[in-house]
Amino acid sequence: MVMKTLQESLQERILIIDGAMGTMIQQYHLTEEDYRGDRFKDWEFPIKGNNDILSITQPQIIQAIHLKYLEAGADIIETNTFSGTTIAQGDYKMEALVYEINYSSAQNARKAIEEFYQKHPENTATKFVAGAIGPTNKTLSLSPDVNDPGFRAVTFDEVADAYYEQVHGLVEGGVDILLIETIFDTLNSKAAIYAVKKYFHDKNLKELPIMISGTITDASDRTLSGQTLEAFYISVMHANPLSVGLNCALGAAEMRPHIQELSQIASCYVSAYPNAGLPNAMGEYDETPHETAHFIEEWAKEGLVNIVGGCCGTTPDHIKHIADNVKNIQTRPLPILEESL
Amino acid sequence: MNTIKPFLRLSGLEPLVVRPETNFVNIGERTNVTGSKKFARLIRDENYEEALSVARQQVEGGAQVIDVNMDDSLLDGKKAMVTYLNLLQAEPDIAKIPVMIDSSKFEIIEAGLKCVQGRCIVNSISMKEGVEKFVEHARVCQSFGAAVVVMAFDEKGQADTLERRIEVCERAYHILVDEVGYHPQDIIFDLNVFAIATGMVEHNNYGVDFIEATRIIKQKFPLVHISGGVSNLSFSFRGNETVREAMHSIFLLHAISAGMDMGIVNAGQLVVYDQIEPNLRQLCEDVILNKGNEDNEATDRLITFAETVKSAGKEIKKDDAWRRLSVAERLAHALVNGITDYIDDDTEEARQTLDKPLDVIEGPLMDGMNIVGDLFGAGKMFLPQVVKSARVMKKSVAYLTPFIEEEKKKNPIAGDSNVPKILMATVKGDVHDIGKNIVGVVLGCNGYDIVDMGVMVPTEKILETAIKEKVDVIGLSGLITPSLDEMVNVAAEMKKRNMNLPLMIGGATTSRMHTAVKIAPKYDNGVIHVIDASKSVGVVSQLLNPQLKSPFLEKIKEEYAVLKTNFENKKPVKNYLSYPEATQHPVAIDWNSFEPYVPALKEHKVFHEYSLEDIRAYIDWKPFFIAWELHGNFPQILTDSVVGVEVTKVYNDANALLDKIIEEKWVYAEGVIGFWKAKRTAPDTVTVDSNGTPVNLEFMRQQIKKAEGQPNLSLADFISPEKEDYIGAFAVTIKGIERHIERLNKENDDYNKIMLQALCDRFVEAFAELLHKKVRTEYWGYIQEETLDNDELIREKYQGIRPAPGYPACPEHTEKYKLFDLLNVEDTIGIELTESLAMYPAASVCGWYFSHPKSQYFGIGKIMEDQAKDYQKRKNWDDETAEKWLRPVLE
Repeated sequence: MVMKTLQESLQERILIIDGAMGTMIQQYHLTEEDYRGDRFKDWEFPIKGNNDILSITQPQIIQAIHLKYLEAGADIIETNTFSGTTIAQGDYKMEALVYEINYSSAQNARKAIEEFYQKHPENTATKFVAGAIGPTNKTLSLSPDVNDPGFRAVTFDEVADAYYEQVHGLVEGGVDILLIETIFDTLNSKAAIYAVKKYFHDKNLKELPIMISGTITDASDRTLSGQTLEAFYISVMHANPLSVGLNCALGAAEMRPHIQELSQIASCYVSAYPNAGLPNAMGEYDETPHETAHFIEEWAKEGLVNIVGGCCGTTPDHIKHIADNVKNIQTRPLPILEESL
Repeated sequence: MNTIKPFLRLSGLEPLVVRPETNFVNIGERTNVTGSKKFARLIRDENYEEALSVARQQVEGGAQVIDVNMDDSLLDGKKAMVTYLNLLQAEPDIAKIPVMIDSSKFEIIEAGLKCVQGRCIVNSISMKEGVEKFVEHARVCQSFGAAVVVMAFDEKGQADTLERRIEVCERAYHILVDEVGYHPQDIIFDLNVFAIATGMVEHNNYGVDFIEATRIIKQKFPLVHISGGVSNLSFSFRGNETVREAMHSIFLLHAISAGMDMGIVNAGQLVVYDQIEPNLRQLCEDVILNKGNEDNEATDRLITFAETVKSAGKEIKKDDAWRRLSVAERLAHALVNGITDYIDDDTEEARQTLDKPLDVIEGPLMDGMNIVGDLFGAGKMFLPQVVKSARVMKKSVAYLTPFIEEEKKKNPIAGDSNVPKILMATVKGDVHDIGKNIVGVVLGCNGYDIVDMGVMVPTEKILETAIKEKVDVIGLSGLITPSLDEMVNVAAEMKKRNMNLPLMIGGATTSRMHTAVKIAPKYDNGVIHVIDASKSVGVVSQLLNPQLKSPFLEKIKEEYAVLKTNFENKKPVKNYLSYPEATQHPVAIDWNSFEPYVPALKEHKVFHEYSLEDIRAYIDWKPFFIAWELHGNFPQILTDSVVGVEVTKVYNDANALLDKIIEEKWVYAEGVIGFWKAKRTAPDTVTVDSNGTPVNLEFMRQQIKKAEGQPNLSLADFISPEKEDYIGAFAVTIKGIERHIERLNKENDDYNKIMLQALCDRFVEAFAELLHKKVRTEYWGYIQEETLDNDELIREKYQGIRPAPGYPACPEHTEKYKLFDLLNVEDTIGIELTESLAMYPAASVCGWYFSHPKSQYFGIGKIMEDQAKDYQKRKNWDDETAEKWLRPVLE
């Protein structure tokens, strides 16, 4: 059988990206000891909550979660590397492990896909690994010091260097796509784009496709760093991304007008993976798979999207419903890029 | 199908798309140290606040892009660029437009590009130092996504003739597009505007050459843009603004029609072509288009004319157009745009024109704040801007305060007669009033007379007082769920009495939806839900304005009607299990391998006057700040870029007051805990052994359909149905607040009153947290060692829970009676229960203790009729009682 490429798959149908990793990990109720495994049993700082380290200490869990999403119908699975930068790992003093975290995470995803292919010889769809590149926990456009609005806790070069290292691990670990996601400060994502381009240029490798996914945070309809959706899109266009889209912060219902706008202005593919609704009073996401899938099916019918899936609170069940509901719906055609005014 | 055109797209916080119909993009030039002496001085003196206001004036004057240049020999250009751009990002009203990073040193450009999230323009790159450098610089710009201004400049020098301009630009275009991969629309050629009318004949055609080059380049490369620094043109008329502005306008008219579509100009200082004095216009035109100027005749005529207008000078600054508006409009403008520059002068002017200083607040300032509130509510302004508006308001009020005080002294009664009155009350059965007090203060600040009836006020008393005191608005508050029904009662009673006062609804459990669906239908003369204190002022001012009142109420009524219809038509989108089915999915616990923990403490333990100093260490500050409508995580919020200053202030005040409370023993902490043998005897019933008497505790179970493998939780699941297990309970309270509240009321010290109440709330929560810890490690003793810091405690990272009746995991309030009986709470520590099951003193907390490692907090959500029936049976209730207490949780 000839496997279809990413581009071919995207031209043909709506692709499904997986759901929440954190939500799934929570269900294992892992303890500090589980996080540490044998290797870090004497680590001098608590590491419970460092989900990315599980790629090294509990690879079987991460692979099992990937496999569940693949079986639910995901075409693209995201590596377990949301916090896989020296900046984010600084919380656990695990900066030195960043390359390994990213490499192992990519490998876990690859292995899950191999396992899926073997278990499902009837499957004809190619499955892809997207290297997840999170926003880090520091922001380049905002000052953390109230008395000094000009102050920055981190520099562009520091952020770019951190991303560079993450990209290095992801690419060598075998990802197919680089996914810069949950962008709440556009300047951080510009540093990520900068690092990705620099990496491929330095190594003299063919660039992997970049997916970009921003986050609209509240009723002001802007990113946390204050940009409107269109301003955000314009600020990252130069990445020449495979897709641009939104994830997190909003449920599908709230995300709809933004996806509609993006679908109008984006010259590339459009992706969307919302949360399972808004958190309820207890901070839980309780939108059912059926509900989420219903909203996303509507988007698909209106021709707004090319890649859909879920973020916080979504489960393989959500992904399965989404995949089933959009299966027979035409994917959004790419806009025609005119060459004259 | 969708098509996308090759427009130049730039962004700040907002997009700027340059379409053919955009005609001309104004690039603000005053934030340029080489062009503005004033700006250079401000930057050298590090007077950044005023330097930012220069940028703001540019935006207000109509600049669509802001040019920032720090090339000054006395400056560290890189540092100045980074500092200024970083500061600019914190000013949303400036950062909304794209930045043009302007420097002749590329390292400064690169440093600038690393500070700006939006898509910038780089000004400029050129082939001056050869093609290699040009390509290198272009690639860097490209990696940041910047559009580039390319100077018509190469190794041979600046292009100063028509031919040279075209030659250089053509070459640069092909390098950028074919080699570097630039999109043509992202290239902006600066064709060099040179000074004309210099007296040298060879300069006379510079204007014409520029215009012609523009026309030809646009024909060859229709997607590129053409720009230039216009003010160079009139360099020989320095000091004569009238002539310079006329020259700029006329030059632009011709250049734009040839295809120039961007320019660095002082947008506020362009005169309209038609308004130029005709004689001057003709003279300028001749000079620019080089007509009849072979021997500088046209130049000489213009110079002669210039002498005659020089002395006239110009007074009005056009980029301050809003300064010419009426004083009320100026105040509104300053509030909306957060400008403090003129606020004292404008406030003084308004005070002179109005009768009383208070009128300034009630009139123009409140009008402005209403605009701010509405824009914010509609998501058109966001928080940093609103904070700036509040600052302007504060500054103005601070200016007025001495005058208001003065007037009060002179005439203590005069002010009172016509001041609108607002009645505020916490409804019957509820003792919580912090939020109500905050709203009272905010409204009080805005000149309203507040009739505060306190807490637990019965409907009768509210309405009688409203009539007796002739109030203008009634405001109801409540925190616990039964208060919602009480509010419905008040509304119904108002209708029965044919009252005509508007009714405001607020408080933590209230919502716009509940108000629309349950309260508004009961009363026809205005029911409005007010989300928080900041919104209350706008609402009240509209209600009290005879012209606005009825349209406002009409609008609200329509909105609520729509909400109600939507609510009623809402299809049940959530899937529920039947109750028997839900009981089949309890939390999976292997009771066989679990050995219940036997409590170390055998009897009840009562704590009197527990050390407040010890409790203090357990305070969770986040809810304290939320009470002040300051949302964010502690301690990060202390340094929050927007609210941090205010938060820090409140935090310091709170700690000072805490010192005093503890030192002078204002209040005391009381508590009681106990444990009983317990067994789960039905799916949602736990039977405890109270000295030989069995007492059934009734719980509810989540009924919503969960994802596969997820349990339908009930608290009963955490008690063993087989072995002898245990449950515990506690009640804690902070007593003695009343006399201090009374004293602070007398002193009119609302700030410390709210502070004290909020602190007592924190104390009691902290006490509950502290006791829980002691229970885990000592009195129950199921954890031997626990080394959690306060932050981890707050995030509830420990084993075991302490859910409270009336809260999400066990939302039914009447179980509190059982808890109170089991612990004998009233007699031991003197907490009383109101008819709505609120606890008095208000700073009280009670709850159950569960110790199982899998026990967790959750919300029951809504339940279905079948579970309600079962629960009713278990509680032995009649239908009416069941309806009353189960209504809030029924789907």
